[in-house]
Amino acid sequence: MSLLDIDERILQLTEWVEFDKSPINDKKRFDRMVDIGIIEGGCSNDENVEFLRMFRENCHTLVAIGACALTGGVPAMRNTVPLRECLEEAFLSGPSVVDGVIPNDPDIPIMLDRVYPAHEVVKIDYFIPGCPPSADALWAAIVALLEGREPRLDYELLKYD
Amino acid sequence: MTTTTQNGTRKIVINPVTRVEGHGKVTIQLDEANHVTQARLHIIEFRGFERFVQGHFYWEVPVMVQRLCGICPVSHHLCASKACDMIVGAEAITPTAEKIRRLMHYGQTFQSHALHFYHLSSPDLLFGFDAPVEQRNVIGVIGAYPEIAKKAVLMRKFGQEVIKATVGKKIHGTGSIPGGVNKHLTLEDRDRLAADVDTMVEWSLEGLQLCKELTRNGDEMLLPFGAFESNFLSIVRADGCLDLYDGNLRAKNADGEIIFDQVDPSDYLDVIREGVRNWSYMKFPFIRDLGQEKGWYRVGPLARINNCDFIDTPIAEAERQEFIQIGGGRPVHATMAYHWARLIELVHSAEKMRELLADPDVLRGELTTSGERRGSGIAIIEAPRGTLIHHYDVDENDQVVRGNLIVSTTHNNEAMNQAVRVVADQYLEGQAEISEGMLNAIEVGIRAYDPCLSCATHALGQMRLLVQLIGPHGDVLDERMRA
Repeated sequence: MSLLDIDERILQLTEWVEFDKSPINDKKRFDRMVDIGIIEGGCSNDENVEFLRMFRENCHTLVAIGACALTGGVPAMRNTVPLRECLEEAFLSGPSVVDGVIPNDPDIPIMLDRVYPAHEVVKIDYFIPGCPPSADALWAAIVALLEGREPRLDYELLKYD
Repeated sequence: MTTTTQNGTRKIVINPVTRVEGHGKVTIQLDEANHVTQARLHIIEFRGFERFVQGHFYWEVPVMVQRLCGICPVSHHLCASKACDMIVGAEAITPTAEKIRRLMHYGQTFQSHALHFYHLSSPDLLFGFDAPVEQRNVIGVIGAYPEIAKKAVLMRKFGQEVIKATVGKKIHGTGSIPGGVNKHLTLEDRDRLAADVDTMVEWSLEGLQLCKELTRNGDEMLLPFGAFESNFLSIVRADGCLDLYDGNLRAKNADGEIIFDQVDPSDYLDVIREGVRNWSYMKFPFIRDLGQEKGWYRVGPLARINNCDFIDTPIAEAERQEFIQIGGGRPVHATMAYHWARLIELVHSAEKMRELLADPDVLRGELTTSGERRGSGIAIIEAPRGTLIHHYDVDENDQVVRGNLIVSTTHNNEAMNQAVRVVADQYLEGQAEISEGMLNAIEVGIRAYDPCLSCATHALGQMRLLVQLIGPHGDVLDERMRA
């Protein structure tokens, strides 16, 4: 959603590209190869892995944006603690919890032992750092890809905050 | 796509739920007679923030916790800061700090409400629930209603600019700190924003008029759509006024009678508890004295407009008075009334920003204060999506030993499940053939709550929804996804 900070430029972008499958439309699955895929977030459960692989299979160029996709980010702070302790704190011992149980229904995904950055799961072609990257950084990278150039962010656009 | 088993039962799955934030999935079970026997919204992400915040210094928390979400990080930033105010003994922060925090909060509420209505929900209202998938999105709105779309983009931009001017960055800034804020608004930023704020009030009111037409006059089915009755929870000011930044807890029942009122945030555990179900990573809060069965409630714009006695900005107050007429003396219960209430708050946020941008205190004055150090901090704020509770206990080394968050969307967990059940009954009951439009109707019911399942599960990412059709013996008969 930080892409929306490109503001009015989104009106221009809609003239240049066709949005295939994204969180702002209701297409649930790929039905053709797309030129550019943009993914955010690390992998913390088996469905995240499945979706990331689906993006890799269906996108010619795959771009990872943001700290979570690049390094696991804040959610990867749980990697220093056993998963069971995280689940117990949230669902059994939290001060407001009554009749606690750790969710385990087949309809919800299985948590991975740790949070993995995207490039440890599939090959990523380009990385844009930042939490989140600035709209100008995203715009510069998208425009370069659309023009067939190698995206290179200027020094002032490269931020790891 | 729907298939039938030998015994004639089906399971429908919507995965991912789209045009919402975070990850979610819907499963619906139908029996041999196509009768809906079970309908659930599953939240499928889990982060474990409560555990991994332990050991961190409390002053890191306002910067860390906001990274639960990229949509309303300011809510977490401010709520954690308010909890830290208690820890550093800042009973009352300075007028300058409070006004700058309020300005960032209204800026955020303004951008979040605009984003939800225009970018995510308006396609359902403008084109219809069963319009073609290719059209039923914001790109379709840009094509068909370019003027509306352009204003939507600029309104969201204005809110983000207010956030940047007060917090330092559009997303994940650092402006609010334990005991106050770390910078004034600059004169340049103030003048630049003040020059546009009248336009924002005007455009937000246009948005509200459009929403009213679409939810009331446009189609008579919109108010009965997914409607059910519930309790409501929010904070209100001491005099009963709507207040998004600070106040005490008030709960009303379905008839509008007070269940409890003016409960101090520090006493939240006296009135609120959370249940857990094994099929969702999101907990189910309820009013303690009423129990899990009867004590669930709704939060967010509809709850706030129903709960407050008045609004302290004139345009929004006039709109509130018109709105409550729908209830005829009782609270308004319609699911689609969420949109209407949300846009009243959009107008209110614009009016509040106009007040604050004209106030010299945001340009000068003391930024921080402190007092007697405490071992615990509990704070409540009304985030765009509803009541947000942060609770931290710290030790003598300033390290967090316990963190508990009950976030806005979590409070609405039972209500969203109720919406799925009601819409499933209205649209799927007795139907042998399930269309894409029928399944979108279920998502429309969820979307009205503006769920942000990212932070509800203390997660990051986009919400995805899948509908499954399950046989009476638990076998998956069909999965429905749009393609």
